[in-house]
Amino acid sequence: MEATKKEQLIVSVSPHVRSDETTSRIMWTVSIALMPAMLAGVYFFGLKGLFITALCIISCMASEWWYLRMVGKKPVVGDGSAFLTGLLLGMNMPASLWSFSPFTVHVPVIASFVAMVITKQLFGGLGFNVFNPALIGRAFALLSWPKAMTIWNEPAVAFFAMDAKTSATPLGILKEEGVARLIEVFGDKMNLYVHLLTGNRAGSIGEVSAIAILIGGLFLLYKKYITWHIPVSFLASAAVMAYVFGGKDPATGKMILMAGDPVIHLLSGGMMLGAWFMATDYVTSPSVRNGQILFGIGCGILTMIIRLKGGFPEGVMFAILIMNCFAPLIDRSFKAKVFGAVKQEKAKENK
Amino acid sequence: MSSTSSINLKDQFLNGIIKENTIFKLALSLCPSIAVTNNLKNGIFMGLAVLFVQTMVNITISLMRKIIQPKVRLPIFMLVISGWVTITQMLMAAFVPDVYAKVGLYIALIVAFASILARAEMFASKNSIIPSMVDGLGMGVGFLFALTVISFFRELVGKGTLTVPTGLSTQHVFTFINTKPVLIMVLPAGGFLAVGILMALFNWIDIRYMKRGAVSH
Repeated sequence: MEATKKEQLIVSVSPHVRSDETTSRIMWTVSIALMPAMLAGVYFFGLKGLFITALCIISCMASEWWYLRMVGKKPVVGDGSAFLTGLLLGMNMPASLWSFSPFTVHVPVIASFVAMVITKQLFGGLGFNVFNPALIGRAFALLSWPKAMTIWNEPAVAFFAMDAKTSATPLGILKEEGVARLIEVFGDKMNLYVHLLTGNRAGSIGEVSAIAILIGGLFLLYKKYITWHIPVSFLASAAVMAYVFGGKDPATGKMILMAGDPVIHLLSGGMMLGAWFMATDYVTSPSVRNGQILFGIGCGILTMIIRLKGGFPEGVMFAILIMNCFAPLIDRSFKAKVFGAVKQEKAKENK
Repeated sequence: MSSTSSINLKDQFLNGIIKENTIFKLALSLCPSIAVTNNLKNGIFMGLAVLFVQTMVNITISLMRKIIQPKVRLPIFMLVISGWVTITQMLMAAFVPDVYAKVGLYIALIVAFASILARAEMFASKNSIIPSMVDGLGMGVGFLFALTVISFFRELVGKGTLTVPTGLSTQHVFTFINTKPVLIMVLPAGGFLAVGILMALFNWIDIRYMKRGAVSH
């Protein structure tokens, strides 16, 4: 009798083991992981890059606050998800948008509104959105203002410079004029690789520096916030596609198999940012490991198809958005086996 | 079957515009509402075509309601609808060829509109001519209203212009903004966005301000 009294058991429902991981903590950590790439963007594009990103963050938080307020929910904007979406959206925009004589400052604001209200809140808020909000915001902006969204500033390592030369992105040159011209622009091949790696090239604010993005991505990997499945399968399948189908005969323009340069394709455009930060979004990517590999392969193949055959020089955004549609389907078909469950046929045999 | 005398003609007319608006309430016939509405003129003519077909079909079915065998009523409805659609198609090709070049395919699609067959089956085949005509007019005006609003919104936001028909073959283009403001709105993707936003707005206004009307029903 006494023994039972001493060992009084607490009966409670699961979960019994809780971690101190919260949504807002994940969001802020991912935001911190994006900081190296952000700093690189500010270094190369100056205050303009900073202004555009800040504008996106503020508009994202404001539009989420406004919507939640309007529908009578508690306005939670401090959980970092609006901040992260704004940061990603800003990093995906060209710094040249900060211009007043052809007025384009409204572009980030409207894109933020579309990202937060139409893509996220109308679908049910955090955790229910089908598509990556930042990418939809950018896709909306790109399709609505195709001219403003494709004026790329040349990186001018001058912090306060408000005037900048414009130039084509490496992928734009690759698409229009071929790989020989691209190497010519940057001097030699080694020089091109170094420029792509450090980020001294035209492009969106946050996508230029591959090495800075890689630092952030590896930090997330180390903190176990993402797994290797999506980024590695994304980059590997894109590299294979680039190697196999990326080669072009300079004289005739016809495709030569097995002659592409995967390094250029991996380091240019939004490939790194997309693979490490966009495709790995928890809400819009599959949560089963095998499914994540399929998701990554799909993203990689679609990206390269758009880059090599499509009308746009860059395809990461559309590839991830298309694969976002398939994420629930992939999750369902790669459903994890319940622990201890036996297949139906086996169960019959045992009987 | 409800007797003819109990039908309030005004309510029946408003029913098609507000309570059972084809696009905003029933979410039917979304194909033309997205495909042809990037220009106000095309939207209006498409709406007028549907208004004409819906009214004429309702009148014809109502006239024939006593001689149609119930077993073969659906094929007969379809034949009547396709007859009126063909007439509309020929009229449009003759009088508004520039509009017809853009919306011709969708005019032919009116044959397959669920709302037209539904009104023929649910209403016109059970009621006399006048209520049937009013019902067809109501549904058609509701459709015309929806298409006008959608194309007005899309052209204004997407191009900054409004193409207003001033006659059968004349038009006037009002230009509000010289650059293209939100180009996506005149692209197909923008059609979905516009229909969704306006559908939400329509229902919000309906819930907010039409409550008194709903109670008196």
